[in-house]
Amino acid sequence: MSDRILGGVGLLLALFFIWQATLIQESPFSDIVGPTVFPIIICAVLGLSALYFLVKPDAEPTWPPAARLFEIAMAVAVMLAYAQLLPVLGFLIATALASAYLTWRLGSPPLQSVLVGVLTSGGIYLVFRVILGLSLAKGPFGF
Amino acid sequence: MDVLASLGDGFAVAFTFQNLMLAALGCFLGTVMGALPGLGPSNGVAILIPLAFTLGLPPTAALILLTSVYYGAMYGGRISSILLNIPGDEPALMTCLDGYPMAQQGRAGEALALSGVASFVGAFLATWGLVFIAPQLVKVALLFGPAEYFALFTLAFATLGGISSTNQAKAAFAATLGLLIAMIGVDGQTGVPRFTFGEVHLYDGIDFLVALVGLFALSEVLIFLEHRHGESDAAHKKIEIGRITPSLSMLKYCTPTMLRTSVLGFVAGVLPGAGASLGSFISYSMEKRLVDKKGTFGTGDPRGVAAPEAGNNAAAGGALVPMLALGVPGSGTTAVLLAVLLAMNITPGPLLFTQNPDVVWGLIAALFIGNFMLLAMNIPMVGLFTRVLLVPPRILMPIVAMVSFVGIYGISGSSFDLMVMVAFGVLGWILRKLDVPLVPIILGILLGNAMEANLRRAISISNGDWSTLVGSPLAIGLWVIAFVGFILPIIFGAALRRRMRLARAKEDEGELVD
Repeated sequence: MSDRILGGVGLLLALFFIWQATLIQESPFSDIVGPTVFPIIICAVLGLSALYFLVKPDAEPTWPPAARLFEIAMAVAVMLAYAQLLPVLGFLIATALASAYLTWRLGSPPLQSVLVGVLTSGGIYLVFRVILGLSLAKGPFGF
Repeated sequence: MDVLASLGDGFAVAFTFQNLMLAALGCFLGTVMGALPGLGPSNGVAILIPLAFTLGLPPTAALILLTSVYYGAMYGGRISSILLNIPGDEPALMTCLDGYPMAQQGRAGEALALSGVASFVGAFLATWGLVFIAPQLVKVALLFGPAEYFALFTLAFATLGGISSTNQAKAAFAATLGLLIAMIGVDGQTGVPRFTFGEVHLYDGIDFLVALVGLFALSEVLIFLEHRHGESDAAHKKIEIGRITPSLSMLKYCTPTMLRTSVLGFVAGVLPGAGASLGSFISYSMEKRLVDKKGTFGTGDPRGVAAPEAGNNAAAGGALVPMLALGVPGSGTTAVLLAVLLAMNITPGPLLFTQNPDVVWGLIAALFIGNFMLLAMNIPMVGLFTRVLLVPPRILMPIVAMVSFVGIYGISGSSFDLMVMVAFGVLGWILRKLDVPLVPIILGILLGNAMEANLRRAISISNGDWSTLVGSPLAIGLWVIAFVGFILPIIFGAALRRRMRLARAKEDEGELVD
């Protein structure tokens, strides 16, 4: 079933992009082929391969149970929040929070996770900011 | 003999203090990444590429760092195969078969040292192969026009799925997905925006680095989160190493094996799309056929450790031949390295040798130096690397994630790019579950624009005549290879992978493999 869904999504994607390609305005300076032909050729191959596993799917992969999926979704949410908060909170604080969360969810006890988070953040800061001189995000406290 | 003169110039490039330091650093980090189960050469290089860019390294230096990581990871993969019976990466799968039994017999140190020497022999001979064969291939490639290049790109995609996926439709899906992502942004030839949906951030297209780090590094973190939670870490067993100097008689005993499998592995590496996994598998199988008269393979025979290690490291070197000479990667990791070349505005392929000889030959010289460094690191210092296996993934994986963010943020300083990277991480996780290979996606993003440009140029030159794409014997030849390369894995690829898995499964049950 998973492969069929992938096939369906792939097919819709191909059709959507072909439709979008037809909307591209042709430039007066265009070459013979133009900017739309190649994307349409790609979409055709994409659509055909999607059609293949729509018809002939592989064996079902083992998806994690709901609780585990929720775990993954939460981790993704934390990473997205990290991306947003990095310029706001600054590298040290944001990274300590995010890596503490990930360490905790990968099976460390809470107190240890906080410690690991702080050490990870400080360690990366030391190596990349202090030693290598990369510009990491600055926060409200100037670091 | 001008090849040797060029190589000499290359050594002059490689023997600067900075480049030597970078090679040493790369070898060390690569070995660590290779040793850790789950983090193979592609992931290792993927995490480090953004750093190479943010540090503002010049092209040669960056390439030296990353290829050292590549070679290092090929060396490191064997460590966890031997000590834990968990391959550090796919090419190291076959090393489990005899390496782990040796370790169980208290000969882990010997197995590690021998495999280190075998890795060295394989990589060293393959690097010489690279020196002599790549320039010959370049001569052919200089005859290429736009139509031939278009055929060559198609060949790259057709063969890349290879044995990296069991399903060629999925490999094609991945490649076209990558190509489609490449189409996002302003069209280089007419300046018309394509598939940007009015989003200003998309006018520049999607940076392959963002996609690469998301697909490889972040998806790995998600996979760990899925599997590792709450389980006791397998790596926390007590590891006994024993003596680490292999006896001279054992080295002598294994020398013919190492030489044969180095050649075999090199050939497997040069063939596009086959790569190191095939190199180690056929090396082990051939040696077993050839020398295993008493049926000792699979019970801790040193030759069974030497064969796959020489084979996979030779394949890693071989895979650099088409990457450097044609701009077509011979394996997943060389696809990633090709990405670095392209991103540094260095045209991959034949012109590389004439326009940037310092880059090519400096790189090849650095490979030789790196090999000696790796040999030095992997015999006396092997105890250090085995310590790395004691770092639990619950601490390691968050560091991988955070370093990935640092790398991308350091380049662009944009939260939007970080969000796109997370999205690619999720996509990577889903696609890996569905057995869709990730490397063709990266290659598609990278080569998409050049592929389109060559097609458009070829058709323009011929005044709209599409038959120009098959207008020369060279082009026809490339199309035929592409076609065969796409079809062959359908016949052999699945069977080969099944046999690799089966060989491993059978060994686990203590049976002998055919």
